[in-house]
Amino acid sequence: MLLQRKDIRTVKHPVWLPAVTSEVLTVEERTGIGEWNYRAAEGKTMSPESDAAWKRRRSERGTDTIMTPSVRLQEMIRVIRSARTQCEERGIIQRECADIRAQFRQGDNGERSHSLAKLLYVHMLGYPAHFGQMECVRLIASTRYSEKRIGYLGAMMLLDEKQDASLLITNSIKNDLSHSSQFVQSLALCTLACMGSAEMCRDLAPEIERLLRASNSYIKKKATLCAVHIIRKVPELGELFTPSARSLLCEKNHGVLHGAIVLITELCERNPDTLGQFRKAVPELVQIMKGLVTSSYSPEHNVAGISDPFLQVRILRLLRILGHKNDTASDAMNDLLAQVATNTDSSKTAGSAVLYETVLTIMDINSESGLRVLAVNILGRFLLNNDRNIRYISMTSLQKIVQTDHNAVQRHRGTIVDCLKDQDSSVKRRALELSLALVSAVNIRSMMKELLIFLSTCPPELRSHTASGIFNAAERYSPSKRWHIDTILHVLTTAGGDVRDETVPNLIQLITTASELHCYTVHKLYRALVKDISQQSLVQVACWCIGEYGDMLLKGECEEITPVQVTEDDVLDALKTVLQSHMSSPATRGFALTATMKLSTRITENVDRIRSIVSIYGSCIDLELQQRAVEYNALFKKYDHMRAAVLERMPVMDKNSPGHTNGDTFAETIKEPDLPKSAEEGFPSEPASQVYDLLGLLGATDTPLQPSPAPICTPPTSTSSADILDLLGELELTSVPKSTVTVYEKNGVSLKLQCDKQTETDVTVTLIASNSSQSDITNFTLQAAVPKSVQLQMKAPSGNVIPAQGLGEVTQTVLLNNPNKVSLKMRVRMSYSNQGTMFQDTVQIDSFPSTAWNCQPSISPL
Amino acid sequence: MDFTVAESNTHVRTVFFNKTRDFVGYLHGRSRRLATILPLLFQQTRPRNKMQFMLLFSRQGKLRLQKWYAPLSDTQKKKISREVIQTVLARKPKMCSFLEWRDLKIVYKRYASLYFCCAVEDQENELITLEIIHRYVELLDKYFGSVCELDIIFNFEKAYYILDEFILGGEAQETSKKNVLKAIEQADMLQEEAETPRSVLEEIGLT
Repeated sequence: MLLQRKDIRTVKHPVWLPAVTSEVLTVEERTGIGEWNYRAAEGKTMSPESDAAWKRRRSERGTDTIMTPSVRLQEMIRVIRSARTQCEERGIIQRECADIRAQFRQGDNGERSHSLAKLLYVHMLGYPAHFGQMECVRLIASTRYSEKRIGYLGAMMLLDEKQDASLLITNSIKNDLSHSSQFVQSLALCTLACMGSAEMCRDLAPEIERLLRASNSYIKKKATLCAVHIIRKVPELGELFTPSARSLLCEKNHGVLHGAIVLITELCERNPDTLGQFRKAVPELVQIMKGLVTSSYSPEHNVAGISDPFLQVRILRLLRILGHKNDTASDAMNDLLAQVATNTDSSKTAGSAVLYETVLTIMDINSESGLRVLAVNILGRFLLNNDRNIRYISMTSLQKIVQTDHNAVQRHRGTIVDCLKDQDSSVKRRALELSLALVSAVNIRSMMKELLIFLSTCPPELRSHTASGIFNAAERYSPSKRWHIDTILHVLTTAGGDVRDETVPNLIQLITTASELHCYTVHKLYRALVKDISQQSLVQVACWCIGEYGDMLLKGECEEITPVQVTEDDVLDALKTVLQSHMSSPATRGFALTATMKLSTRITENVDRIRSIVSIYGSCIDLELQQRAVEYNALFKKYDHMRAAVLERMPVMDKNSPGHTNGDTFAETIKEPDLPKSAEEGFPSEPASQVYDLLGLLGATDTPLQPSPAPICTPPTSTSSADILDLLGELELTSVPKSTVTVYEKNGVSLKLQCDKQTETDVTVTLIASNSSQSDITNFTLQAAVPKSVQLQMKAPSGNVIPAQGLGEVTQTVLLNNPNKVSLKMRVRMSYSNQGTMFQDTVQIDSFPSTAWNCQPSISPL
Repeated sequence: MDFTVAESNTHVRTVFFNKTRDFVGYLHGRSRRLATILPLLFQQTRPRNKMQFMLLFSRQGKLRLQKWYAPLSDTQKKKISREVIQTVLARKPKMCSFLEWRDLKIVYKRYASLYFCCAVEDQENELITLEIIHRYVELLDKYFGSVCELDIIFNFEKAYYILDEFILGGEAQETSKKNVLKAIEQADMLQEEAETPRSVLEEIGLT
């Protein structure tokens, strides 16, 4: 009794069941599964049957095909199914489980197999059944076939290779593998292939190898697949099976042959030596395949007019691996592939499966060009197929070849774009990927139109992928800047929540460079902002632009867009709404606050209103915002004379120039590991560096207004520290002089070194090469080396050609990070060719002085 | 002192940076999901064409049969099957039979009230998987004689035996329908021989 109560506690509610499981019999359960295929055509309708009627129908048919069902098992299933509520069902199962445990404890009484079968059903319903594990082990060791059968089934369901109990059956499997009955052997083989652990595989590999040479094809086919499982688990056992695998190719039985092909495929994929060895078998495989393709109708293996598609597909896959990057093997199979590709009837799935595999093989081996054309045409035909599955397959394969045969795929563009409108998300996803791959400079406008329509209708899970795809395509092929900006804005308005974080700085960078479009952009963004403030990224860009180009917005003159009269109050209202909206993220508020501040120099009348807005945030709960507000307040009061200079428009940023790329900021983030991490996501680019400037300024004049260490914000387009220094140079009373020294002078080439100290440990060195000779210097490259403890980062050079007679120069920036503050040394090697002659020279720069502004590197030529 | 060559292709680094960041984000967000899928990911690295599992479930989401060819714990199996069943059931009838789920491909087909669903790795031919599912349905149909869901519920162990006779370790083992049915029939007869004398004895004992 006690144990029973314990049982009750162990039975838990299965996780995956719906809340109410009362299994009221549905009509559907009684409908023949085969109906769908066999009966539907005849127009028969199935009348619902009760469980009892179903039972009668089944019993009428006698026991000739189905052996006597285990009555007790079916009884239990019926009782469980009759439960009306979840609770009732749990109660029944608790009772049954207690019963099953009791049976197990009693030992051998002939009921054990039924009990285990019951337990397996309970297990399938999602209830715990681990207590049956040992019973499986016991039943497997039984001498009766019926018990062995259910025992092995239970082992496959209840045991997994991580459990100790699975080790206990190794010996039983070993014994059964040499049993006199093939059906017992089969059970053992099946279990080994399903759940054999690596250890088990090592123990039993010799037995399997022996069975590969058995005379019985029923056992042989199972042994081959067991061997496959063993190789997957323990790859080094592959060599053991290689010789027998070769001889299995002569087999006539399709099952064995199929197994052998799978085994050889597995061996070849894991071992290049074996692959070479089996390349010799290509003619044999071609022969087998030819036999299949040309054979007369055999009902045993025929599927919808295709002779054994299962085997054909496996052979084609093996041929693909054998012919990959090998001309001899590829030549040997070219004819066959052409034959299969032209003669296979693709009206049914089986035929399409074979054709699909053939196309993959043609594309993967060194096939003739004619054959490749044939393959792409087959895929094109698939694309027009009514069956969605075939269309999906077609696009999956076109995706694989779009890089190599771009033009061939381009021909099907129209159909692919149409598939974007398909209802099925799998097909949509494929079509999207393919469409993105097909965008080119020629079709960018029309393709983008389609993609933008798709973006507005596509399922949410595809939206961010679509957006980033559109950004990439627009960046690569945009016909004009205005078009580019419009496209990105369109994406932001439709899917602003699903774009990646770096979109905002990228777009801002794009807008700054397009100086002629500032007015247009700011108007457009202002309108978008007024309409909708829920799309965070859009709002951020809009705030930034309003802050920067607010004067243009207020002027109300714009050539490319119908101007609207915007008053100062309107703009401030809009920004205030953003600041106060609950939808705005802290970062967005930061953008808005800085924009408001920036407007203070761009508007004339409402400066007091701005002051009050800013001062409100001096007590904001968000630390970042508060800090900004306090700083801005200080700018209004103590440093009002500098406000105009500080809040000037940001200089145009060039994305490709050193110091402005994403990668660089990444590197800089690493360099400053002790700074607060939050800074990274925290503040927008422009305001951030603005703040940095400001803090530097405050620091320089020794005010106590520094609540926390200056956050260095490094979102992608933030100006590098170098620029910040430049800005400071303008603002500070003492500007930092840069020292330049010539380190090399030979053949008319001179190399100057310019060196700025940035922080304690970081030094920026600029190398400037010029050419005073009569001819151009070409292939000019610089390499630099520093002591191990110093990190060196070289930016891209401005070019590799120096024009003659000092008409131009090549500059390259080198960032040095010297964390241990060792004495800096640098070796620079340059190579160039002058009138076809190559030169190479190395100079060593021995000492960099510790203070940067009197940097006079001492040079020793090597 | 090693010479460092200038990186002219900053784009590569940008891409790398983005990828890294995305991946880190992915790890943070999906660590729990990853935990369930990692065994699948690292089990095999190169040849990836094995069937990982097969599920049969009803339109109400009730599991009718499950066969796992990948070594997973019970919890993982439950989690995966719940997720797969939900995903498949959410699809509309006219949709295509394939979907990408984690790093696997799910191939499913509905026969009357029952969904047959296979998860295969990415190198596998989806169409032949569909044929394998269909072949299994045909086998069930031949064995039970116009099979319906109730047959599979009440004789679930038979359904397993047929599956084990058709698919072994995730690969089809027999391409002839006749051979599979013959083997099942013979095995059934063997089982009956083993059981019959016992039930007679029991009857004697009872009466």
